[in-house]
Amino acid sequence: MKERKHLIHDYLRSTKGFPHIWCPGCGIGVLLGALIRAIDSDGYGKDDIVLISGIGCSGRLPTYVDFNTLHTTHGRALTFATGIKLANPSLKVIAVMGDGDATAIGGNHFIHSARRNVGITSIVINNNTYGMTGGQFSPTTPFGLKTSSSPYGNLESAFDICGLAREAGAAFVARSTVYHARLLEKMIGMALNKEGFSVVEVISNCTTYFGREIGLASPVEMMKWQRDKSVTVEKAQELQEEDLKQKMVIGVLVDRKVPAYHELYQDLIGKCGLNEDEV
Amino acid sequence: MTKEKRNDRILLQGNEACVRGALMAGCRFYAGYPITPATEIMEHMSRQLPKVGGVFIQMEDEIASLGAVIGASLAGLKSMTATSGPGFSLMQEHISFACMAEVPCVIVNVMRGGPSTGLPTLPSQGDVMQARWGAHGDHPIIALCPSSVYEFFDLTIKAFNLSEKYRIPVVLLTDEVVAHMRESVTLPPREKLVIEERRKPSVPPEWYVPYDDKQIDVPPMPAFGEGYRYHVTGLAHDIRGYPTTRSDEVGHLIHRLFSKITRDFHLLQWFDSYQTEDSVVTIVAYGSVARSALHAVKEARETGLKVGLVKLKVLWPFMRQTVVRFLESSAKVLIPEMNMGQLSREVKRVNQGRCEIVTLNKANGTMLSPKEILQSIEDIYP
Repeated sequence: MKERKHLIHDYLRSTKGFPHIWCPGCGIGVLLGALIRAIDSDGYGKDDIVLISGIGCSGRLPTYVDFNTLHTTHGRALTFATGIKLANPSLKVIAVMGDGDATAIGGNHFIHSARRNVGITSIVINNNTYGMTGGQFSPTTPFGLKTSSSPYGNLESAFDICGLAREAGAAFVARSTVYHARLLEKMIGMALNKEGFSVVEVISNCTTYFGREIGLASPVEMMKWQRDKSVTVEKAQELQEEDLKQKMVIGVLVDRKVPAYHELYQDLIGKCGLNEDEV
Repeated sequence: MTKEKRNDRILLQGNEACVRGALMAGCRFYAGYPITPATEIMEHMSRQLPKVGGVFIQMEDEIASLGAVIGASLAGLKSMTATSGPGFSLMQEHISFACMAEVPCVIVNVMRGGPSTGLPTLPSQGDVMQARWGAHGDHPIIALCPSSVYEFFDLTIKAFNLSEKYRIPVVLLTDEVVAHMRESVTLPPREKLVIEERRKPSVPPEWYVPYDDKQIDVPPMPAFGEGYRYHVTGLAHDIRGYPTTRSDEVGHLIHRLFSKITRDFHLLQWFDSYQTEDSVVTIVAYGSVARSALHAVKEARETGLKVGLVKLKVLWPFMRQTVVRFLESSAKVLIPEMNMGQLSREVKRVNQGRCEIVTLNKANGTMLSPKEILQSIEDIYP
């Protein structure tokens, strides 16, 4: 059989021992593939990419790929990303987070990063649960669901991550699922090309915990669930409000021109004029 | 004329002197959150940094501030933040990260009265132990403590130097009095200053091993974007920077994090002594309390009491070598502090019966006055 080399092999670290830590059937691998294809087709050099993560299953993602990589603290990936982007605006800064990571412990950083509009591409992998710690309910777990920390049913309502990003002021907001891998790649590509703060919410499947909790115990079933529940932005416009409530809208949700903080700051430095003697 | 004038004496506030020192040390990134009594540092930074091509950002909280500082440092800029007790508590998570990932940064804590919101506008020395043990996990830390406006300037530069040299977060532990006090100072010309820069790799990227310690136990550190693509993590890691749970690799890492500081304990004995040659009672003090103590020593000497003062400029690592010398030469050691007894615990720990130790503690938001210290000297003088 003829040996076939995959694009992803050019980006995986030769020095890092595999296997990775993700469960069989986990959606994070699909996201990683889409991310690498998007970076490759946009023509970024490996040295120009800084890939940052928080804590959780998604936190391990940068470890495996050959960029400048940074595995930070729980929920704080965007704070480190902000420092890096402002210190060197020529770098392409990408932050990968989970749903609990970005919207629970990191919720404050998430909304303020969106408001501030520093040029960071943030990818929120939403698997509706805390996977690494064993399936506790997260800010995106549906109301009423029994999980390992809500044995009598979840009493909290779920966040709409894209809605949160939109209202906080992000320049670009999109959603895809790991089932729609090609759309995901396209959404990430568009987000990478955006100057301000961009958010791509990736609906992923945690088969090990969330799948079991909702009665879909195989990756294929969960992928089908993603397919059936999703509706594109274009199709969504034709649906009645009641029907839409049962669906997840995928595609570009927000794309607007907002001044990026790091550009405003570079303008400010220019206006001040370099004056080492004054200080 | 103007050049000479610049070297003349100028009236500076402590917090402003800190900013001057930081900028002269090469600080080009500041992230912070407003908090009394440290806010002036942030305000001066917001004005000065863009003038030198540096970046200032006001973050959403202190956790985010130190996160951004660590990020900017990884991208190659000397970076700092400043806060007070409540903000310092929030920063502990990232101090721990910076220790583990070995990212240079400087954190100023202008101590105010606590616990909790406590006394925002009043002085204290209540965070001495928090600076040492506030962050989770077993880690070394360096904390410096100025007692005058000039020392605040000088120790800020030294804080950056130590941070770059050892790849470790350095805490500048000062108090509200030193931060808000105005003194007339003469700043040294830039060319007279010793400024340390972090060591960069001398090998090509394909040979670079991020935490390899065969040559030196503080591994070289490139900036993100310089072609050395490596992994940084708060997880225990092997010499390549990748997560590991192998006990030999983890043990080696933790040991090195400590030994890179412990091997240089003798270089971190920074103190001033006053009339300690024949002192029967020696005062060990730091920060603004050392000023009151100096006054008390002078008055005591006028009445014929043999009293001396040791002013510590490094609080962590604790200057055992220095302090033991005075424990051996004195009959009694007096430790006045604006807390309920924090550094005195360290002095007692290393004393081991050498002399009698007396503490003088005050934690009500007012300074320890020379009179109070003098009274204590008279009470205990043998």
